[in-house]
Order: sequence, then C-alpha cells, then structure tokens
Amino acid sequence: MASVTDPEPPRESFRLSMLLNDTRYRGYTFQFIALLLLILFMAYLGWNLVRNLVDQGQDISFEFMGQPASYDINQRLIPYDSQDTHLRAAFVGVLNTLLVAFLGCVTATVLGVLAGVLRLSKNWLVAKLMAFYVEIFRNVPVLIWILIIFFVMTAALPAPSAFRGDDPDSSMLFGAFAFTNRGVYVPRPIWEAGSAIVVAVFLASLVAVFAYRRYATKLLYDTGRLLPMGWPSLAILIVPTLLAFFALGQPISLEYPELRGFNFQDGIQVRGSLIALWFALAIYTGAFIAENVRAGIMSVSHGQTEAAAALGLRPRRIMSLVILPQALRVVIPPVISQYLNLTKNSSLAIAVGYMDVTGTLGGITLNQTGRAIESVMLLMLFYLVISLTISAVMNLYNNAVKLKER
Amino acid sequence: MSDTHAQAAQLAFVRTETIPPAPPPVAEAGIVKWLRENLFSSVGNTLLTLVSLWAIWWVLSATMPWIFNGVWNADSLRECREILDGATGACWAVIRERWTQLLFGVTYPADSYWRPTLAFVLLFVALAPVLFPKAPRNLLPFTAIYPFLAYFLVWGGSVWVPVMAAAGFVVGYLVFQRLVAQSFAMGFFGAIAAALVFWSLSGLVTPTLTAIAPVTLEAVPSRDMGGFMLNLILGTVCVSLSLPIGIALALGRQSDMPIIKWICVIFIEFIRGVPLITLLFVANVVLAYFLPPNSTFDLILRVIIMITMFASAYIAEVVRGGLAALPKGQYEAAAALGLDYPQAMRLIILPQALKISIPGIVNVAVGLFKDTTLVSVIAMFDLVGMIRGPILASTEWNGVYWELFGFAAALFFVVCYGISQYSQWLERQLQTERR
Repeated sequence: MASVTDPEPPRESFRLSMLLNDTRYRGYTFQFIALLLLILFMAYLGWNLVRNLVDQGQDISFEFMGQPASYDINQRLIPYDSQDTHLRAAFVGVLNTLLVAFLGCVTATVLGVLAGVLRLSKNWLVAKLMAFYVEIFRNVPVLIWILIIFFVMTAALPAPSAFRGDDPDSSMLFGAFAFTNRGVYVPRPIWEAGSAIVVAVFLASLVAVFAYRRYATKLLYDTGRLLPMGWPSLAILIVPTLLAFFALGQPISLEYPELRGFNFQDGIQVRGSLIALWFALAIYTGAFIAENVRAGIMSVSHGQTEAAAALGLRPRRIMSLVILPQALRVVIPPVISQYLNLTKNSSLAIAVGYMDVTGTLGGITLNQTGRAIESVMLLMLFYLVISLTISAVMNLYNNAVKLKER
Repeated sequence: MSDTHAQAAQLAFVRTETIPPAPPPVAEAGIVKWLRENLFSSVGNTLLTLVSLWAIWWVLSATMPWIFNGVWNADSLRECREILDGATGACWAVIRERWTQLLFGVTYPADSYWRPTLAFVLLFVALAPVLFPKAPRNLLPFTAIYPFLAYFLVWGGSVWVPVMAAAGFVVGYLVFQRLVAQSFAMGFFGAIAAALVFWSLSGLVTPTLTAIAPVTLEAVPSRDMGGFMLNLILGTVCVSLSLPIGIALALGRQSDMPIIKWICVIFIEFIRGVPLITLLFVANVVLAYFLPPNSTFDLILRVIIMITMFASAYIAEVVRGGLAALPKGQYEAAAALGLDYPQAMRLIILPQALKISIPGIVNVAVGLFKDTTLVSVIAMFDLVGMIRGPILASTEWNGVYWELFGFAAALFFVVCYGISQYSQWLERQLQTERR
C-alpha cells in the first residue's frame, strides 16, 4: 500500500519583483523607501543648514547661555539682575511659566467644576447662564481674552497717584490690596524666627488629615461604623497650626503695601500682565473643563443613582460613593489634557510682556544673541519635557482607574 | 336588583350628568408651574435664581447703555469723547472708519477688495455639497475648481498658474485611473510622479501662454494680506491641507511596519508637545536656515507649512481615535472579502472611522481657526495684529480697546459658534442614519 505523503510545496525562489508584489516582502520595501526618503530629507536640511551657517559666519553653540543677559525681568520668583546669565534668565522664565500654569490650572478647575455642575442644575436660569459662559469663552480665541483683560488692567484701573491725598479717588481693598494700572499690590508675608515650625506643623496636620480620612474609610469598610469626616478634618487642619502660631508669638506677619512717592512700596507687586494671563487662561480653559465635567457626570447612567437609592444610600452618599468615583474616571483624563493645553497656551505671555520662558529664552535672549536655532530648540525641549511628563502621569492614572474587566 | 337601581335614581345626591373638567390649579399650570419648577423649587434654587438675575442685570446695565449710546460718526477718539460729553458710550466710529483695514489689512489694494469678498462668498457655494448632504450634487465640480479659483482671486497674477496647477491634478488623476488596476501603490506614486513632471514642464509654458492670452488680475504679494481675511485664509488652507496629511499620519501610526509607525509617532508626539507659538518662531526665524541659501519663501507660506503640520498632528490623533473605535470585526470582514490594505481602508475602514471622528475634526478645525490669531505675535497683521499694531498705535484711535476687541471677539464668536453648531447638527444627522 502506497503511503500518501504530502507533496512538497513548490519552493519559489526569491525574485526581485516579489519585493513589490509579495505582501510578505512589500512591507520591507516600503519601510526601506520611507527610511531612505527621510534620511535624504534630513540630509538635505542639514546640508542647507551647514551652507547657511557658513555663509553667515555662524555656528551652533550654547556658550551664549553663560554670558550676562543684560536685560531686566520685572516679575520673578528668584533673585535675578541684569548681570546674571542667559541661563538664569531662562530659568526665571521657566519658573514664571510654571507659576502662571499652576495658578491657571487651579483657578480653571474651580471655575470649570462650578460651571459644569451648575450647567446641569435644575434651575433653568442658572443652566442657561452657564451655557452662555461656556459658549462665549470657548468660541473666542484665548489671545483676544488675554489682551482684553490686559488692557483692562493697564488702561481701566487707576494710576497709583489716584490713591494719594486725604480724599483719594481710589482706595485700597480692605486696606491691603491696591489695584493699580501698574499691577495689583498684595501684602507680603514676613517670616520671622519660629515661622518654620508653624509651617512644619501645618504640613504635619495636612498629613494627619489624610491619615484620619484613610482610617475612617477603612473603619467604614471593615466594621460599617461611620465616623464624621467634614468637621474633624477641618479641625485637624486648622487648630494645631493656630496653636503653634500663637504659642510662638505670631512669627508670621503681613507687610502691607503703602503708597510712598510715586508708587506703592512694600508688599508684593503682581503685574497686570501676570493677572491678565492667569485670568484669561483660567476662564478660557475653565469653559472647556466645564464641558468635560458635564460630559463626565452625564456619562454615569441614571440606573446607578437609582440602584444606590434602592440600597438605602442618602443623596450625598450617592454622590460621593457612587456617582463621583465613576464620573471622575471619565472626567480626569480630558481635564489633564486641558491642563497641558493651558500650560502650552501660557506661551502667549509674550503678547502682553509677561516674562515666561517664551518671553525670556524665546524673546529677548533670542533677539539679543541672534541664536535662533539654539534658543528655539531649548524652548521646544522645555515644553516637550513638560508635555511628556504630564502625559506619563495621565497614562499612569488611566491604568490605575481602568475598569478591571475579566 | 332593579329595585336598588330605582332607589339610586331617586337619591338626590347622585349626579346624572358629568361635570365639565375643571382647569388645573393656578400653581400647577402654565407659566406659574414652569417658574415654580424651574426657578423657585427650593430655597437654594430661589437664591441661585436671584443671584443670577442680579448678575444679568449688573452686566446688562453696564454694557447696554455703552453699546447703544455709541458714537458712529467721528474721526478720532477725542471727537467721540466730545460728542459723548461725559456720558457713557462706545466709540463705534473706529469700526466704521477702519472697517476695511480690519477685514483686509492695510496694504491690500483697495480697488481689489471685491476679489477676496467674492472668494469668501464662493467658499460657501463650494462647501455646500461637502457639508450638506441635501445640497445639489452637481455643485461638486465647482468644489474641485474652487481652491484654484480662490487662489486666482485672492493673489491675482496670471490665470494660467492656477489653471496649470489644476491641470497637473487632472493629469495625476488620469494616470492614477490607468495604473490603479495593477496596484494602488503603483497608481498613487505614478500619479504623484506624473503631476510633478507636468508641473515642472508647465513652468516653461506658462509665460508664453500668459503672453498669448493675458488673463490677469493685479498680483498681490502675500505680505499684503491682512486683517480677518488672513485669519480666514490661514484657517481654511491649513485645515484642508491637514486633513489628508492627518489621515495619512493616523494610518501610519496604526501600521504594522515599525519604521513607518515610529516616524509617525515621533512626529505626532513632538508636534503635540510644543505650543504653536514655538512652531511659529520656527517659521519666522529658524526655517530659513534649513532652506537653500537665497531661496525666497515668503512668511505666509512658511507659516502655512508650520500650522498645517500642527493641525495634522491633532487631526491624526482624532482619526486614530476613530480607527480604534471601529470594531475589530470590520477589519476582519474586509480581509475575509479578499480586499487588500488600500481597498479595505478606502472602502470599509476609513468611511466609518472618519464618520466617527467628524466631531473631533470639527473641534480641531475650530481650535485651529482660533489659533490663527497667534500669527500676530510674529508680526503678521491679522485681525488681532491689525488692532494691536496700526490701529491702536495711531494717534486718532489710541485707547479704543473695548470696541475693537469686542468687534474681534464677536467676529470669531460668530464663525466658531456657527461651526460648532453645524457639527452638532451633523452629528445628529449621522446618528439617525445609523439607526
């Protein structure tokens, strides 16, 4: 009996045309062509760059970062004067960017959550008002908002001289805040000996609040006993700090701004440009966050509310234990990317002369030294690092809250 | 039994006829009910309503007299103030006097204003068949012609330049039709090659043609474009260019080929990670270093390149979302039918994926249109640049902030709100279609 064997499959020898027609090899061909074109393109750009640099007698070097910047920065978080290097100027700018981004994110979150929740309110008027806010601010460029607020700050507010005299045209708010066309003056805290202890006590009580809430949650899940959350948290947060503050003889005091000569002295001067940028970014991004919050809350199906109510939960517990945890999973990723947008939009500072990193490194340093390639490259690198960091955080969060299915 | 009936009939309190339906209580009907339910349902709600009413009154009482008491006829801010004589009122005269500058910029030739205006009006005709499924289909050829027509109208010059550009596309398309039967890649790259050859050859013919049939409009260099026109040009050009690039990038990012995938990933993540302003800096001061020496690439073209790159990275992410949202079965079904990759993409995957991503694409388009104002930072005179530069710096109108920025905000609001309303309408249309 003849055994049946599989016939040997016909062995095709490799032909050159298979590089284009055979799907097994076509991918390699395309990738090779793409890589080749990319390398050629890059080489072309590089060749142009070299020729242009030679023509103009320039080179690529970062030595200019170590030279004196010789320009002033009027709004800064760390000491800086015009004799410092460009590197330090850029660093002042980075801190200013982070400052306005932080302030903007916090304010935008507050506004956005408020507007998003109120837009779902049963109150018709409030819902319409919030829809109006969202549409108005979402549909007009943020640059226009920045400029409008900036011109209000510089043109509509009174000059410091309006605060002078026995019967001045303008007066300070609570005797502590002065709104002038040169910026807003706010009290400056004075840290005396012992203030470090107060701050340390405050930080410790922050930790204690978290520990207490954790303990209360654990107790609730383990035994079903419900401890009060709200007022003990508040008490833990405030009481020890106040005790330390008075026990140490009030080591932290405020220095109020005061009109001397032509301008306000003492206190902290917050420039109109910072305020314009901060508020404009906050209300603009807030409108977007409001939409994200609304979408998140609406994404939790009504059945969840009803199921929780059927289990006997009270409305506030339904909100905090059932709706919010589910809504937050939907809300937080887009909100984080709004934070990212806000940080990137803060580069518009250059339009109002706020010295963020775009204004120092990409503005004056670039113009003074003529080092366009190096400055813009460093600038992009900075924003890229921030973006990648934020998206890494977002990915971690997304993985943490992902629905664990099967 | 009948006895009880008879008794019942005798009883005085039994009503024999039905009473007419009574109107509902006043508090449970009409406007009162609506007010009670929507505005005053509880103490907290009443408070909210009162606060809102106060806020509305506060805003309106501050703005309405200012708006309606405005001065329309004056030559300078000083004259406005004299006319107002201390009363609150806007100085709308600035809009009236600088109207053309706000729309077209300072340097666009005044006797040619009809050209961009006509191009703007025709834009709606060209967009109608794309945007509205019910618009007449025979407008589609006009849509195809429109980009070249608009270029001719806005930039002027010889009509043969846009005609030859269009002819290059026709040649490419014909080559594609012939070669696509063999393979998509062959047709695609063959078409590109044919179009490139045609364009380089047509460069030799165009001057002769212009000499023979001189159909020309006054040529306007790009640096003369300004005002809201510049925003519209940048917005429409960059969005339409970035759509195909974005789709290609999204497909590349989904591809199995590691090198192509990583090129796309790096490009997209890099562009999305930096602010548009740094890209505009690149267009303004850096890009010139990477172009051949002595090449003249005007600023508006460099800006268009950078904004297009920016927009295509964002569109790529939106389209990728659409591709990812398609059920895997669609890909498998396409493969089961024996379709190869280009066919599957063109016939099965992309139509569905793009439909899902329409709202996202519109969002990107609106965001991009708003971002075109950023060009004012690199000294281009778009609407915001015009206001900040020539108008506010002039001696007549120094200090007219609210009116000008209010006008700019209103223009942008009308366009962006219109687009987002359209996108919501389209979303509803597509949803009913799917059911």
